[in-house]
Amino acid sequence: MKIWIKNGRLIDPKNGIDAQLDVFIAAGKIVAVGPAPAGFQANRTLDASGLIVCPGLVDLSARLREPGFEHKATLESEMDAAVAGGVTSLVCPPDTDPPLDEPGLVEMLKHRAKSLNLARVYPLGALTQKLEGERLTEMAELQDAGCIAFSQADAPLVDTLALLRALQYAATFDFSVWLRPQDTFLAKDGVAHDGEVASRLGLPAIPVCAETIALAKIIDLARVAGAKVHLCRLSSRAGMLLVKQAKAEGLPLTCDVSAHHVHLSEMDIGYFDTNCHMVPPLRSQRDREALCEGLRDGTIDAICSDHAPVDDDAKIRPFGESEAGATGLELLLPLTLKWADRSGVPLVQALARITSCPAAVLGVDAGHLTPGQRADLCLFDPNRYWRVERDSLRSQGKNTPFLGLELAGKVRYTLVDGHVVYEG
Amino acid sequence: MENPQLNQHGELRHLLSIEGLPAGIVRHILDTAESFVAVAEREVKKVPLLRGKAIFNLFFENSTRTRTTFEIAAKRLSADVVNLNIGASSQSKGETLLDTVDNLAAMQADMFIVRHGQSGASHLIARHVAPHIHVINAGDGRHAHPTQGLLDMFTIRRYKQDFTRLRVAIVGDVLHSRVARSEIHALNVLGVPEIRVIAPKTLLPAEVEQMGVHVYHDMIKGLKDVDAVIMLRLQNERMRGALLPSAHEYYKYYGFTKDKLAHAKPDAIVMHPGPMNRGIEIESGVADGGQSVILPQVTFGIAVRMAVMSILAGS
Repeated sequence: MKIWIKNGRLIDPKNGIDAQLDVFIAAGKIVAVGPAPAGFQANRTLDASGLIVCPGLVDLSARLREPGFEHKATLESEMDAAVAGGVTSLVCPPDTDPPLDEPGLVEMLKHRAKSLNLARVYPLGALTQKLEGERLTEMAELQDAGCIAFSQADAPLVDTLALLRALQYAATFDFSVWLRPQDTFLAKDGVAHDGEVASRLGLPAIPVCAETIALAKIIDLARVAGAKVHLCRLSSRAGMLLVKQAKAEGLPLTCDVSAHHVHLSEMDIGYFDTNCHMVPPLRSQRDREALCEGLRDGTIDAICSDHAPVDDDAKIRPFGESEAGATGLELLLPLTLKWADRSGVPLVQALARITSCPAAVLGVDAGHLTPGQRADLCLFDPNRYWRVERDSLRSQGKNTPFLGLELAGKVRYTLVDGHVVYEG
Repeated sequence: MENPQLNQHGELRHLLSIEGLPAGIVRHILDTAESFVAVAEREVKKVPLLRGKAIFNLFFENSTRTRTTFEIAAKRLSADVVNLNIGASSQSKGETLLDTVDNLAAMQADMFIVRHGQSGASHLIARHVAPHIHVINAGDGRHAHPTQGLLDMFTIRRYKQDFTRLRVAIVGDVLHSRVARSEIHALNVLGVPEIRVIAPKTLLPAEVEQMGVHVYHDMIKGLKDVDAVIMLRLQNERMRGALLPSAHEYYKYYGFTKDKLAHAKPDAIVMHPGPMNRGIEIESGVADGGQSVILPQVTFGIAVRMAVMSILAGS
């Protein structure tokens, strides 16, 4: 299959390209960018006039809900949602049921995902058995089975010594450890940011220090263990500044933020909107602005969707009893474009945060369009507005604070390994 | 943001919180309550305003006083009242909150009076029910207890008339108190120039000043020259979980004693939403003393609840 993508505006952040260039694909790989290679005969030509052609998106956190939570979503529905959102590589956290703490489970997931021929799935292995925060998993075997790194997901890891040991053990094999910084005790029972809104609504709260104390602990332990750490879902200005400082010191740290935290604050909870029940909580406007600044200056490496499809029953409850999370795979691109537009960040720089930068966090060769590279691409219309509605989302999760809103940026084609896997 | 309590004509459709209510509506409720106080003093304490209406007291959390005053208020308006203590039945069988509500709505309910342990539960129900059904929040988590806030305003107005010249202190566990939140909103709506909250730092929510109050940790300073003191109930469980060391120490620094009362204005009134913990947050000499209006609060509570129900039924 040979594909010619013509007349598009090519944006390839890693190679610093933002120009009107054609792309030529053969045998699943990019064979040329710009002029056609000699004798290239396309089987299919995609007219990308008015479209932006960029690397397929790399999402650092998307829950597929299998195994164990098929009533919320299935691999089929969420992999469909991924390519509809232009996402061609995604990382799934280990908080399934059972958690991804055994090689067999990981192999099964990889196999099921692969047989769908849609996006690439990179599972995170559980850092501790059953995510209970006590005994280490067989990390090396899990890596052989396909785990890209190790994580505790949102489960608590209270024992500091266990955390140090986990980091040391992972560092032995040069595995990276992904941690969401949150102190278990300070966050206990909390469902919203400890600020004006939670005080007014009487919601149990999570203070910013729950994040900063955990960050300080993780950073120190990572330094001691010499471990590579990826910090998931920063939520606060103070947290962002701690990471900035640690990076300046030269520690091998990376971090991400969810697309929701780039746009929303505690104020969006309004009158108990459970779609704004997020983990970590949406914080103040000032925190949100600082996260945007961190994205701009590179302190924060990537924007992820933090995709969490939740069934309606788990959302139509009092705020404190509702399940946290929002569907996001199909919103990652438009929300990133919205951020770029709002803060005046050039598209090439904005798209880096969802392509080449998260690929670098993962340490995989993806997120760029260098000839020879696997042909994972996203072609989207940056000026096409669409309304976020239950029916417009392919994800089984319809839970998003953006329901009813119009967003710019519609994916027209998604390619994986040189195959068109989505046309919209 | 659209206020979920008002209909498209700006009339009260549900009473969920004092927050966001126009002062006109609050005053209208208080004025209406005045006329119901007179009803209670008559030999026949009934008016036919809600005849034929079915009112469900939907209590997911235990309460005797609030439920009873709502029941009396509804009966004085000639409504049919059904009391449900859900805490012990459906919810423990796994039925969801909205399933319970749907089932009762199918029994031709006209009004739900809801008490629930989770903040926002009444908002959820109000968003869910058919347009002709009214919801009154009788306490949701730590969020709001608007009829208590209103009856406290009614009480203050009875004794102090002009809100715009008052200094009011709220003392105790503001962090966990839906009553305190409703009072703070109500006092602000009615134009009280100085609202104080007095509590140790462990019992105050973050950024409480944003709600329009002045914070005091020293009770004697906080009580200086106030016109009304509202005491809050302290749950015994606060002694666990590192919020307070002991009831003894709390009483010493935040218990309302006659000595401390002497720092308020000589004609200051003493209020408490009940139930009281004598010897923990308040001394009997203060609770039963000449400045206490704690029992009148209960009486006025019935009139205020009658007012709210009749206004909702008329919208």
